[in-house]
Amino acid sequence: MTAVNAAPVPIVERDAPSLARRRPRPVRGSRPGWIVYASLGAVLLASVFPFYWSLLIGSGDSSTIRDANRSWIPGGNFFTNAAAVIGDPAVNFWPALLNSIISSGLIAASVVFFSTLAGWAFAKLRFRGGPWLLVFVVGTMAVPMQLGVVPLYILFSELGWTGQLGAIIIPALTSAFGVFWMTQYLRQAVPDELIEAARVDGASSFRTFLTVGAPAARPAAAMLGLFTFVSAWNNFFWPFIVLDRQNPTLPVALSLLQSNYFVDYSIVLAGVLLSTIPLLLLFVFAGKQLVSGIMQGAVKG
Amino acid sequence: MTSTLERPTRGAAPEARAREPRRLGFGRSRRSAWDLKLSPYLYISPFFILFAITGLFPIAYTAVISFMDWDLVRNSGEFIGFDQYAWVLSQPKFWIALRNTFSIFLLSSVPQLIVAIFIAAMLDQNIRAKTFWRMSVLIPYVMAPVAVALIFSNMFGDQYGVVNTTLQNLGLPAVPWHSDAFASHIAIATMVNFRWTGYNTLILLAAMQAIPREYYEAATVDGAGKIRQFFSITLPSLKPTLIFVIITATIGGLQIFDEPRMYDQYGTGGADNQWLTVTLWLYNVGWGEWNFGRAAALAWILFLIILAIGAINMVVTRSLVRDDGTRDPRTRRERRAQARAAKERMMADAAPAGVRGEETGR
Repeated sequence: MTAVNAAPVPIVERDAPSLARRRPRPVRGSRPGWIVYASLGAVLLASVFPFYWSLLIGSGDSSTIRDANRSWIPGGNFFTNAAAVIGDPAVNFWPALLNSIISSGLIAASVVFFSTLAGWAFAKLRFRGGPWLLVFVVGTMAVPMQLGVVPLYILFSELGWTGQLGAIIIPALTSAFGVFWMTQYLRQAVPDELIEAARVDGASSFRTFLTVGAPAARPAAAMLGLFTFVSAWNNFFWPFIVLDRQNPTLPVALSLLQSNYFVDYSIVLAGVLLSTIPLLLLFVFAGKQLVSGIMQGAVKG
Repeated sequence: MTSTLERPTRGAAPEARAREPRRLGFGRSRRSAWDLKLSPYLYISPFFILFAITGLFPIAYTAVISFMDWDLVRNSGEFIGFDQYAWVLSQPKFWIALRNTFSIFLLSSVPQLIVAIFIAAMLDQNIRAKTFWRMSVLIPYVMAPVAVALIFSNMFGDQYGVVNTTLQNLGLPAVPWHSDAFASHIAIATMVNFRWTGYNTLILLAAMQAIPREYYEAATVDGAGKIRQFFSITLPSLKPTLIFVIITATIGGLQIFDEPRMYDQYGTGGADNQWLTVTLWLYNVGWGEWNFGRAAALAWILFLIILAIGAINMVVTRSLVRDDGTRDPRTRRERRAQARAAKERMMADAAPAGVRGEETGR
């Protein structure tokens, strides 16, 4: 430690091992035993098993579920079953996929934009009533969705919007959580001097937001967008109420797979896997961000 | 300093104009004053306008509808007072649904938190491939609850489900996962646990990493083993985070809908309402029986229950946090007695309060 502080000279390769040795080892720095890895492995197995189970059943045929001696290796029928799901006129797979992409994308973009704007105001601009309004925003997070569904449904049916995608997009365009999240982030991310500098230079309030606030907000905005997208994609209650069976989102379409009198689980579970692929892809590319997003939110929230 | 910079007053304007006449004219500075004053409200207005339309108005209107016999055809209602509330509370179904909701909530939150704490403790070790293991616990989170419910209701199938066949292979009796109420609660709670344990694990892991490592060093020096350290350092430090997790789990858990809805193909909560939850019943009253007045009353009752549980949480929370913060070896009664004695002493000799203020201040 001291060596690093004292000598600004570049560390020569030869010094590296001795430095590492001298660094005080954290108390819990020793590698844990196999039991930790075994337990984590069991957790991993438990997280993956349901996927594997749906692959196993989803790649068989309608009798696979009843077969006591079924093998633990997936069969070859997955694509046949997936095609059956896609081709099922009651499911409307492609419209559902498109609807999910459009609605989740729009909701995520809008929540990010409005939350950044409001978060900027709450974090960095002083105005009468600001702190109280922020408390109000946070308070609204505790209000359950169920409380408003009846009037919302009446409202949208008066407007003739039931069954339309707008009915699930409009109520989700802003989010109290998003405002809170961006406020928390921007408060510490932007030094006040920067804003003052922008003002002295004659930038308007909105210009200051665009040139100072928005770039600083980018990391938190990306996280917020990611989480909003996932939760909008998975949302079921309200879309299930307000959307038509002919114009569903993916979860609503999925729920219809099981509504037949005779349930063929090979097709149901193939459909489940099929509908999960988009978010699994998202997880492959952005899983790291999701992890760090949750962990950051925990520290601040 | 800041105030003059942020709000250019009229008095400051001439000075600025003298220096830079072209850029800061009188009209411009007035405009920028308006800009500064109004723009914050402009920025927060989208949230509030939309919340007023899709949040505040529906909540108030739900209250109005709940006092009405709502006619769907005319799209209006007739005021009937508290009849809908009386109806809801008089239904045995409501109490069954409430029991089921709480049962599922407890079965999903308590084991989930315990498991999450232990997984987080393992992830908090100096393991190899940290990111890999952290990501692995989060995989279930990206799966839609509907998809999770479909998979698990198949795995918990009464006849051919993998859970029952495994139990039977082990020589154990098969469990009637759908016909028995408690068994169905376990199955539904398992779905919730599957999806949320990893998420809460990461929250708790973050809280664990915020604990100063010196605490552990000191404990090691004092000869405390890993298990002792876990119970004496890690768990007490997690209290605030645990409370946060519990509150969010309560709000979400009491509204559970997706999983019970998808537990069988009918979605009515079972033949004997084994897994009927409050929100599932709300849906069936509202959009199955098309009785909006009753559904609205039910929604308000659910909201009040959530508020009550939230209030209880807050009270418990506050006492827990205070205990955590002070670490006072005295019991509460001793503390009170000492405080009272100190106060009396103080009153007696009218000494400056500053000295014993610490004790009496509470």
